[in-house]
Amino acid sequence: MTDHHSDIDSLSGKSTTGHEWDGIKELNTPLPRWWVITFYLTIFWAIGYWIVYPAWPLISSNTTGVFGYSSRADVAVELANLEKIRGDKMVALGAASLADIEKDPALLALARAKGKTVFGDNCAPCHGSGAAGAKGYPNLNDDDWLWGGTLDQIMQTIQFGARSGHAKTHEGQMLAFGKEGVLKPDEIVTVANYVRALSGLSTRTGYDLARGQKIFAENCVACHGDGGKGNQELGAPDLTDKIWLYGSDEATLIETISQGRAGVMPAWEGRLDLATIKAMAVYVHSLGGGK
Amino acid sequence: MCLRLRWINWRDDVRSRFNRTSRKPLAMNKTVNPKDVISGNDNGPLYAARKKVYPQSVSGTFRRIRWGLMAFCLSVYYFLPFVRWNRGLGAPSQAVLIDLPNSRFYFFFIELWPQEVYYFTGLLIVAAVALFLMNSIGGRIWCGYLCPQTVWTDLFYAVERLIEGDRRERMKKDASTDPMKLERISEIVLKHSIWLLIAWWTGGAWVLYFNDAPTLVKELVTFQGPMIAYIWIGILTATTYLLAGYMREQVCTYMCPWPRIQAALTDEWALNVTYRYDRGEKRTSVKKAAELRALGQQVGDCVDCYQCVAVCPTGIDIRKGPQMECIQCGLCIDACDNVMSKIGRPKRLIGYDNDINIHRRQEGKAPIYRIVRARTIVYGAIIAVVGGFMIYTLATRRLLDINVLHDRNPVAVKLSDGSIRNAYTVRLLNKSGYDRVIATDANGPVNATVHVVGVDSVTPDRPMIVIPRDTTSELRLLVTAPAENNPERSIPVHFHVMDIGLGVAASTTDNFVSP
Repeated sequence: MTDHHSDIDSLSGKSTTGHEWDGIKELNTPLPRWWVITFYLTIFWAIGYWIVYPAWPLISSNTTGVFGYSSRADVAVELANLEKIRGDKMVALGAASLADIEKDPALLALARAKGKTVFGDNCAPCHGSGAAGAKGYPNLNDDDWLWGGTLDQIMQTIQFGARSGHAKTHEGQMLAFGKEGVLKPDEIVTVANYVRALSGLSTRTGYDLARGQKIFAENCVACHGDGGKGNQELGAPDLTDKIWLYGSDEATLIETISQGRAGVMPAWEGRLDLATIKAMAVYVHSLGGGK
Repeated sequence: MCLRLRWINWRDDVRSRFNRTSRKPLAMNKTVNPKDVISGNDNGPLYAARKKVYPQSVSGTFRRIRWGLMAFCLSVYYFLPFVRWNRGLGAPSQAVLIDLPNSRFYFFFIELWPQEVYYFTGLLIVAAVALFLMNSIGGRIWCGYLCPQTVWTDLFYAVERLIEGDRRERMKKDASTDPMKLERISEIVLKHSIWLLIAWWTGGAWVLYFNDAPTLVKELVTFQGPMIAYIWIGILTATTYLLAGYMREQVCTYMCPWPRIQAALTDEWALNVTYRYDRGEKRTSVKKAAELRALGQQVGDCVDCYQCVAVCPTGIDIRKGPQMECIQCGLCIDACDNVMSKIGRPKRLIGYDNDINIHRRQEGKAPIYRIVRARTIVYGAIIAVVGGFMIYTLATRRLLDINVLHDRNPVAVKLSDGSIRNAYTVRLLNKSGYDRVIATDANGPVNATVHVVGVDSVTPDRPMIVIPRDTTSELRLLVTAPAENNPERSIPVHFHVMDIGLGVAASTTDNFVSP
């Protein structure tokens, strides 16, 4: 390396930095003054940031800055603005009847959008994010409803729940016929096979279906009806269709009959406002199974 | 252990580097100038002030071309927002409009939706390759004639020249140390006022592209315009005033990447503004040249009059050869031509040329110009292909379209009678300027029924939907296959929508799945 203190490039007459790569030397070109001034100004500006905005981490908090800015406060303002924008529309949603909401494309779109988010926040843990349900938690996409699938019935179920303890809740439960000693084990197996036969499922040989029918008539028709078609007033499922909340295999049916079933749907009145519950009812209804 | 060793190595390495570059040389210097310590080098300052450029007025071919292009570019920019285009009732009637709140871009007969922004990719490819093509034909045509920085700087120089006089006068006035007289003060005030007026109009025209121009102008002058419009006018007034009034050639030299890029893109055949040193050297005075010619000696045509330097808006000497600072505006060609015709020598001592021809002339051969060569053909072909593809897609784009998204959770639902239902989110796009009545149909499983949530089917299985003009509609569509026709595996479903008034149709395919 040559001594850069006196190294002058012969072609340009300019001094070099003394840096040389394969015979190519770097000319010592000074920066434009405005550039240097701007550079120092940006540093100065950055110091301003330290002072006016939250910047320095402390042990349990941080400096707040003279503007008192916080991103949390920004979110609160944004959310308040959002509520203001939504205000009118949500009022319209609360005022319209459920049937009208489904007929008005704008209200339907709003209710479906609102319902979808609220469903995700509140209902998905049990019913699944797509409302496909699980064992003991009904699939809300199909056309089989325990407590009724009209808009009003869905709304009622969301509002007051089932066996929720709310004054207006749906009542009625599957009794534990085996546990309570009402039916003997062999009677339970017999009636379970009869129930399978109701919806055209195969039955185990060696069980008397006529006896099963007799047991069914004595114990089950009060809720499930003569033909096992169920009763939505009592939340008693239709036993003749292809949809089973807990399962249609013999072992599950025996469990259901001997232990009883009493799944709980919480009441959402008081937790969600009426417009939101309406939106959710419309959303659930529009999933495809609504009556 | 190993880590500690590494740390020590690294530390020593850093220390030695630090010592080598800054401490040692200073320590070895016997007399240390404090100024050198600040600048970090004793061969000059860390920074340098701008050398102000005073371009002289000039007339000639290239000056005329620049005036013409300036007038054209500025007229397009300032007046385009006022051009009207009839799109029917309820639609904007501005020919060029970027409608951000409604997410629409209007360009005469073209209306683009946000999902068609990919057209801009094509536009950017064409623009970039067009720059390459210009560059390989005639050097920095963009920089010298069309770039907004060049156009506005040229306009600001024209204003400056009109008010303060030509190069010499301006230099004299700036150098003068006498106390300013009223005349000089009024000149300065007038110049900056006109500059600011132009800058303000530039910012004002910018915002007109984002809203209905006549309405916005009325709102702006009555101080009822949106705050964002005033802010943008302010920003663009400031940038125009600073960039064209003060920064000028420094924008090209220090801020713009194009001078560097173009140096990599040029080739030996590209025509650049060139001092033909084969003809110009050796430089002599007019008188001496005449004497030497009389003696039959070889003399260069350049008379060292420095006119090419005086007119240069970037303040360089073109005779030093191709330089990064040169924007190739051609004004030095005009300046030199004027001198050459005065002293009776042939014109174009400076002209669009390249080194190949200079060498050929030196060898006594005729110059050759190769505009059409592999490079320009490839660039032209790329422009033609991309441009053609864009025109094709634009001409054949659908004004009615359908997108379908199958429900992911659950993919299929078993109903109480054993039939299977699949649900789809359907988005219908009506890009036309009128409402459409659409019949929806889905063909998949045998005897399947189609239902759209919220729509009572008039015709069985062909629900009718109205989509307002220039909007999209999202529908929930249910396809139900009876238990006996339940397909065992996934089968395709063809969705078909048709405008029952006009017969325009669109279709797409998805799958019907069994649980």
